[in-house]
Amino acid sequence: MIQISAKSIENMITPTPKIKTAALLCAISLLNFSLFALAGEMKDADGTTAKQNRIEIKDFAFNPQKITVKSGEKITWINRDGEPHTVVSVGKKFQRSSGLDTDQEFSIIAGAPGTYEYFCSVHPKMTGTIVVEK
Amino acid sequence: MSNYICHDHEHDGIDRRGFLKCMAWAGTGVLWTVSGGVLVSKTLAEVAKTGSSLPKATDLSFLQISDSHIGFSKEANKDVTETFKIALDRINAMPTQPAFLIHTGDISQLSKPEEFDTFDQVLKSCKTKDVFYVPGEHDVLNDGGKLFRDRYLKSVEGKGSGWYSFNKNGVHFVGLVNVVNLQAGGLGQLGDEQLEWLEDDVKGLSAETPIVVFAHIPLWAVYPKWGWGTDNSERALGYLKRFGSVTVLNGHIHQVLQKVEGNVTLHTAMSTAFPQPEPGKGPNPGPLTVPSEKLRSMLGLTSIQYKQSKSALAVVDSNLS
Repeated sequence: MIQISAKSIENMITPTPKIKTAALLCAISLLNFSLFALAGEMKDADGTTAKQNRIEIKDFAFNPQKITVKSGEKITWINRDGEPHTVVSVGKKFQRSSGLDTDQEFSIIAGAPGTYEYFCSVHPKMTGTIVVEK
Repeated sequence: MSNYICHDHEHDGIDRRGFLKCMAWAGTGVLWTVSGGVLVSKTLAEVAKTGSSLPKATDLSFLQISDSHIGFSKEANKDVTETFKIALDRINAMPTQPAFLIHTGDISQLSKPEEFDTFDQVLKSCKTKDVFYVPGEHDVLNDGGKLFRDRYLKSVEGKGSGWYSFNKNGVHFVGLVNVVNLQAGGLGQLGDEQLEWLEDDVKGLSAETPIVVFAHIPLWAVYPKWGWGTDNSERALGYLKRFGSVTVLNGHIHQVLQKVEGNVTLHTAMSTAFPQPEPGKGPNPGPLTVPSEKLRSMLGLTSIQYKQSKSALAVVDSNLS
């Protein structure tokens, strides 16, 4: 399985687990980032894995179609179709994925609270919503 | 649709409408036989002559291939490069080589340079060297089609995201791009800039100029729920209504389907890689896995002939079995 992680739009950050939370909070405070994406796996301070929000892409649909997460949580899409799909933010509010082949994943870290619409740019009938809460 | 013969132009006991009814039936069959049939356009003699600005049309034969999906290796076809080669072998074996090929998109599976490399390498075996391209959505996954344009539009004057037109033997060809800048919830997209260009492009042509339009996603609503259609395609076809013979060649849905609107015949081609389900049949439009002995009967190519002496344009589908 191949893991794809998004890079942040303006700068690539590869923090160690210790500084990750601080870096994330700092980033969230910058209003110009709506959603913030980090490379690497997101873990909280005591080393346990943060809540996983997984969206399965299957039968040309995002499942669940709408997901509510807390700011700072990781969101991961995995493509279970034989057809490639993408994850693209409406209004370019977060980094888009490249074309995801079967079983490929794409992750972002939820940033500022708000509602974010996204779609598959290959099959634009496929749409989804992320609600980020504080 | 009436069962009566209304316009027997060819005196062969079948009119276009009746013939298309047969075609529509055949096109929805699971198996496509070696020769799908011949589509006869409205005779040009019927079209009111308004003076031609183009040289007089002469016989022309060209070929459409589509949806090669080089890089795909899943159950539906583990060797798409091989089936693409077989399609080229069929072209090479034709008694008269087509004047050129049209590839209606999805050369690659994932827009990867190495997939395009493989396609180009295999294509070298084709005796016919001239190929005209339009992109499929699989060819523009990561960069809005820049790599595709750099590689495949060198010999044409591509406008915008890569649309263009050219003339051959008195026939006017238009390549349209409907896979770029797609919008959430929408279908294939032509966009205002391209539509305005199209209106202008055909403005000066006489109504008797045969028109061939090619684009990846069907320019009619085959099955919008699966994204099998193009927003604003009606506006595009509206600019072509006044012409006596318009043939629209599409890919994307990996099967032969036809529709006729007035003088406009819309036709989709088979893939050289894998079949897809009939519209609405099955949970999604993804690759359709069929028994291996059946696969080649569902892959194929499309030959198009313009015969000036018969004032007719013919579209013939052939499978690879």
